[in-house]
Amino acid sequence: MASVNMNQPLLALAGYTIRFTTPDGAVQAVNGLDLTVAPGETVAVVGESGSGKSQTFNGVFGLLAGNAETSGEALFEGRDLLKLSPKELDTVRGADMAMVFQDPMTALNPAMKIRHQLSETLKVHKGLKRREAEAQALAMLKKVGIPEAERRIGQYPHELSGGMRQRVVIAMALLCRPKLIVADEPTTALDVTIQAQILDLFRDLTTDAGTALVLITHDLGVVAGIADKVVVMYAGRIVEEAGVDALFARPAMPYTAALIRSIPRVDRDVEAVEPIGGRPPDLIHPPQGCPFHPRCRFAEDKCRAERPPLAEVEPGRRAACWFPFIDDGAGTRRGETMETAGV
Amino acid sequence: MTLYVDRREALEKAFIDRDDQVPRGRPRSVTRDALRRFRHNKAAMTALFVFGFIVIAAIVGPYLVPYDYETPDWEAFTAPPSIESGHYFGTDQNGRDLLARTLYGTRISLLVALIATTVSVIVGVLYGAVSGFAGGRVDAAMMRFVDVMYALPYILFVILLMVMFGRNVFLLFAAIGLLEWLTMARIVRGQTLSLKEREFVEAARAAGVSSFPIILRHIVPNLVGPVVIYASLTIPEIVITESFLSYLGFGVQEPLTSLGTLISEGADALGAADWLLFFPGGVLVTMLLSLAFIGDGLRDAFDPKDR
Repeated sequence: MASVNMNQPLLALAGYTIRFTTPDGAVQAVNGLDLTVAPGETVAVVGESGSGKSQTFNGVFGLLAGNAETSGEALFEGRDLLKLSPKELDTVRGADMAMVFQDPMTALNPAMKIRHQLSETLKVHKGLKRREAEAQALAMLKKVGIPEAERRIGQYPHELSGGMRQRVVIAMALLCRPKLIVADEPTTALDVTIQAQILDLFRDLTTDAGTALVLITHDLGVVAGIADKVVVMYAGRIVEEAGVDALFARPAMPYTAALIRSIPRVDRDVEAVEPIGGRPPDLIHPPQGCPFHPRCRFAEDKCRAERPPLAEVEPGRRAACWFPFIDDGAGTRRGETMETAGV
Repeated sequence: MTLYVDRREALEKAFIDRDDQVPRGRPRSVTRDALRRFRHNKAAMTALFVFGFIVIAAIVGPYLVPYDYETPDWEAFTAPPSIESGHYFGTDQNGRDLLARTLYGTRISLLVALIATTVSVIVGVLYGAVSGFAGGRVDAAMMRFVDVMYALPYILFVILLMVMFGRNVFLLFAAIGLLEWLTMARIVRGQTLSLKEREFVEAARAAGVSSFPIILRHIVPNLVGPVVIYASLTIPEIVITESFLSYLGFGVQEPLTSLGTLISEGADALGAADWLLFFPGGVLVTMLLSLAFIGDGLRDAFDPKDR
């Protein structure tokens, strides 16, 4: 394996912006995003629906809808993906970076045997002959833990269970040994017992091969066990970026704190789960100031007037908040008790 | 009395046995599933047998019949059907055996339908899939072209083609196939529009597969259902078109014959020699009916509800 240069990021988004033109106005889906993914790193991108987390990476893969417009840069190993022609992009996607989709029920072609779906990328990118491509596909199926792979490879997707199909999708992404895998909610469509297996599989395979993994999810519970770094997105912006342990121990941004409190936990009462009040902001007319202020219980005049920049709040972690660490994790102001805060 | 434990063990064993059986055997593709359903449709299977019988008769029949389709029998002009003479369907005004002519005419009609349908399926599927997949302005332009083609009078084209291709019936019908693809293109385009939004197409694109291979490997195979159904409806349409053109005298030329030509001749002799109309007409009606039932059965078999 080639030595990993930790200084040059594998993927670097800078000033990355996505707009959708709609009859109601421009939807500001992603706004000036700065994000780096180092080789071999596992980054979790967390946020509610509509926070722009999926669109960010659809844009990187050139999969945006026709009314989308991108600006800024998305450097992959120094090449700006946004400036590549579709043909040039085809040589990168699938080979050096691969995507795992949310729903394994629809991510596989129902009219194609597993054998052909898997060998397709190998034939396209590595120019392998059919026999060789299928041999490699079979080896990969075994590696992702599909029992009786020899028989399964000749079957159609609908003959496989959901968990098994997600394994096939993962095998497909790993086949060309990409340097980056983007997994868009890879476990959302699976039941909980399978979720854990799939996450373990992701962790093992990416660690073995030194592959960087971007895990897009709305479930912080998924993140905890697997990620190195967590990026929290809100209204198309990064609002907090931190190492996974630091983030859970002491969230800097009230939104992150609220997200953590909204995870159901078996060791607590159901009442302890706190949904985040209000609704995600309208991205055609985003609120003035901090996008989270209408839902933030600590919002002050400054939050309503000025948007906080994404700034370093502690060595190695960034947050976009005027009053970082104001939320003590229990939903009260730091230093106050529940009673004095009047909650 | 059965103990709960015994029952559970029995159930578990049955469950394991089933689990063992179910996934084995041949992989079940969408097409294979549809064919399995088709086989359980009695009307469609009967129609398939009838149609199969007509096809086989049209292929091998002319070699088994003692008379050929163009040589007159000088002993029997306009002879009614009879078992003794061997003219089971009778003869026409020129003393030619009607059974041989009907079999031969069926063969020509089927061949012509096959050629035209194949051409229309190939052109229609490719045109529709490319148009739907490309989308936007390309799609709009391609579909306006189809609209214009629809608007032009069909028979005018046929006459133009007659001038171009003259006496060659097969080329003529290849050309008719080039006119028949319009509806197929529209159906395929509609299906493609919904297929291309499916995640597996996006997955293929994210894997770096370029557009044309995506159309060929991911879109077209998923169109089997609607294409097969529509093709099964195109065949009778072409047979009717052929009969109509031959009736007008544009189609197959003497001494060759087709079902349409035979019916046209029979209609002239109606009253004097009814069998000349009834036998070829009966074959045409049977053939069209059985094709309609087959098309119907295929539509049920490929019904996306069941998938």
